[in-house]
Amino acid sequence: MSIASTPDMTHSTDQAGDHAHNHDDHHDHKPSGILNRWLFTTNHKDIGTLYLAFSLLMFFIGGAMAMVIRAELFMPGLQLVEPEFFNQMTTMHALIMVFGAVMPAWVGFANWMIPMMIGAPDMALPRLNNWSFWILPFAFTMLLSTLFMDSGGPAAGWTLYPPLSLQGGQSFAFVVFAVHMMGISSIMGSINIIATILNMRAPGMVLLRMPLFVWTWLITAFLLIAVMPVLAGAVTMLLTDHFFGTSFFNAAGGGDPVMFQHIFWFFGHPEVYIMILPAFGVVSEIIPTFARKPLFGYSAMVYATASIAFLSFIVWAHHMFTVGMPLTGELFFMYATMLIAVPTGVKVFNWVSTMWKGSMTFETPMLFAIGFVVLFTIGGLSGLMLAIASVDLQYHDTYFVVAHFHYVLVPGSVFALMAGTYYWLPKWTGHMYSEKWGKIHFWLSAISVNILFFPQHYLGLAGMPRRIPDYSTQFADFNMISSIGGFLFGSSQLIFLGVIIHCVYKSRQKASGQAWEGARGLEWILSSPPPYHSFNTPPVIDSSTLAHVDEAH
Amino acid sequence: MKKQNTFIVAAAVTAAMIAAFWLLLVAPGYTGNEINMTRGVTDQSEINYQLHMIVLWICVVIGVIVFSAMFVSIVLHRKSKDHEAAQFTHSTKAEIIWTIIPVLILIVMAVPATTALIHMEVAPETEMTVKITGFQWRWKYEYVEDGIQFISSLDAESNAARRLASGAEPAAVDNYLLEVDKPLVLPAETKIKFLITADDVIHSWWVPALGWKRDAVPGFINEAWTEIREPGIYRGQCAELCGKDHGFMPIVLKVLPKAEFDQWVRQQKRLMAHEEAEVERLWSREELMDLGKSVYTAQCATCHQGDGQGLAPAFPPLAGSTVTRGPVSEHIDLVLNGREGTAMQAWGNMLSDADIAAALTYTRNAFGNDMGDVVQPQMIARIKNG
Ligand SMILES: [Cu+2]
Repeated sequence: MSIASTPDMTHSTDQAGDHAHNHDDHHDHKPSGILNRWLFTTNHKDIGTLYLAFSLLMFFIGGAMAMVIRAELFMPGLQLVEPEFFNQMTTMHALIMVFGAVMPAWVGFANWMIPMMIGAPDMALPRLNNWSFWILPFAFTMLLSTLFMDSGGPAAGWTLYPPLSLQGGQSFAFVVFAVHMMGISSIMGSINIIATILNMRAPGMVLLRMPLFVWTWLITAFLLIAVMPVLAGAVTMLLTDHFFGTSFFNAAGGGDPVMFQHIFWFFGHPEVYIMILPAFGVVSEIIPTFARKPLFGYSAMVYATASIAFLSFIVWAHHMFTVGMPLTGELFFMYATMLIAVPTGVKVFNWVSTMWKGSMTFETPMLFAIGFVVLFTIGGLSGLMLAIASVDLQYHDTYFVVAHFHYVLVPGSVFALMAGTYYWLPKWTGHMYSEKWGKIHFWLSAISVNILFFPQHYLGLAGMPRRIPDYSTQFADFNMISSIGGFLFGSSQLIFLGVIIHCVYKSRQKASGQAWEGARGLEWILSSPPPYHSFNTPPVIDSSTLAHVDEAH
Repeated sequence: MKKQNTFIVAAAVTAAMIAAFWLLLVAPGYTGNEINMTRGVTDQSEINYQLHMIVLWICVVIGVIVFSAMFVSIVLHRKSKDHEAAQFTHSTKAEIIWTIIPVLILIVMAVPATTALIHMEVAPETEMTVKITGFQWRWKYEYVEDGIQFISSLDAESNAARRLASGAEPAAVDNYLLEVDKPLVLPAETKIKFLITADDVIHSWWVPALGWKRDAVPGFINEAWTEIREPGIYRGQCAELCGKDHGFMPIVLKVLPKAEFDQWVRQQKRLMAHEEAEVERLWSREELMDLGKSVYTAQCATCHQGDGQGLAPAFPPLAGSTVTRGPVSEHIDLVLNGREGTAMQAWGNMLSDADIAAALTYTRNAFGNDMGDVVQPQMIARIKNG
């Protein structure tokens, strides 16, 4: 266990000068009263905290739904829920986890870290920031409330394919409006992030010196602005088809149900990169810190991220190889999808090269980052298998696909979120978390997540379709193993909650400004916790304060 | 936790994962293909199996190389072993190599992937055609040349056992959830074209032994083809979420040697002739109610429920409804043509005239509706023929 070995980080106050001293003495001018501090807040750290707390809540709600799913699939036969409710659970689990847990969590990280990482006092558009968060609780209250309506929650899968999604009742309107609100929130958040990164950097923080996390978020924000309106358009067309008699997706009225799938996945494929690019960024910050060695191939990392983002726009129909596309179309989408392996490979090789010949220690953030690299790579490799169009006619819509995207999302995105949480918790709170419980959390999670998802590859290859509440007895063994893994993984996350609460309220162990021996970058020259307004005067940028060394010279 | 212990656990986990990948490769020999893709009974399924194994092997090799390098580094390059951190930040040579090599691997993979896809998608001259229509939650099969058609649904035993808290033991049901009342009968060693479509929502027709699945999209007809090598029974399921009973929509193929298949076709044609004669005669009320009850149970009860009480919100009750207790002509029209914008589909081309007449009679008189009238198969035939 290594707490920073340099407790006297006077660096920051030296740099910020007398002005900052005065501010520190005045305890940062935090607004008093719950309403002023949280509801009307325009402070990037407080809004970041709101985002993170909200996404943690959604993570547990979405997780509880996953527990219902795994409990029903524990044995063949229906024991607990009706098929219709089961379909509502799979649909809601996905919507909550994608839009409520993973995406807001990354926006929370962006809020907390981007101003500190680029040497800014706050986000560029603080009131917009307040709005983009406070829309979310209303959006998700509306979405969740459909579960209690007569016509029930959405049950057509998170992809909302018509005509099935149009068979839902009146509650469907609430789902559509909830998606609209989430989209508005994401777009406002993205505008803010882009404006902050492009305008608020400290002098000397040129684009190609920014931390990787800032880079990946900049690219993610452009992806969000490009595709969230597409999703909004698609669900609006569903709304008018359902309630106002239009026929966008109804063949009897001259429409085309497959057109919805094209539009949805034009949004949906970039969406998966929206969830994973910031993860790449966080891991690229953590590995150099604990390897005590600069990131390998900084500019290659930036270009690889940009290439992945570009390619994400031209591969959408690989989700649709079975709908009956022309051969040339299938070939194009197969080749384009296979190409993504190249920049993704570059990233993985660079992370391994960063560890190579380092001086590594294995605190919890590093463990999660290494877990991310290994397990995300497994998910990436099964993605390469899925790209092969002809074989995808077997894989498609089976548990093999379920295993694949859970590998990239859970031990992928979610592990990176946890790595980032452990990495920056000392910075955010000024206290060290419990390293012992952090490690217990990691090992339980890493082992159980594999018990949960690895057997699902076998289930899919053996022929088990996804989204079924009951299955034939040949699938019984692996489903039971998977469910046991699921219960273990789910309960392990209570430890995560415990560690965070302990760190925030109970931990006596003070964290220094730098917190980690090998940590580099502007956020670490601030005190822990940092002042309420991060950098009132721009920090001096030199090689000692940059997260990644300039490899240009 | 001791650093050394941490490493041992880490190594054990990795070893377990690599072992799991290996298991995937070798286990089929022991477990009869339960954890790997089936080789199936067509050229397409064999090609896909081979391609799957090639790509899987490539992935395993890449994974082993990357993870080995990483764990060598984790063992050797640790602070606890006083390893000094090097400070290099890039190596143009290494970066070029690990960009070029993956591109080459991808090109090597793309060649067989392209030929396989062409084989899959470009159908040869076929000898017979079967039209497949998916609807909630059954499959309808039409033998285009022979005029035979029927609906295939989950068999009664599975259907009873799969109810919530039915108390039945799935393991005691033969082929639980993978058995149908009427299998799709096909000849072996014959090139068959499938025309695949749907009536209500999107379904997907998938028998793994054939090597592919194809979506059934309402309003559109997709084509696929097959040539099955060996007679036998092959099972599959609907693969695209299609509503509450998506998991209960199995597919069973009964593949016969050609001569036996021809015999089966002749027998089916005799049955059809008999049915036509039946439409012309006047049925008794009891006959209609008996047949109606079985048709209702097999086709209508999934949505409207056995007791006619329906299932809110999508499926209205039939007991005391304005349709079942309303004018008979409107009732017939609704059943024949369905209702736009609801889950009620058009049954006119799905069921025989006698079945429809019987189901109408039954629903007008059961569940306390007691309308007292009967609908004769003749009436249905006349309305359908204009
Ligand atoms: Cu279906």
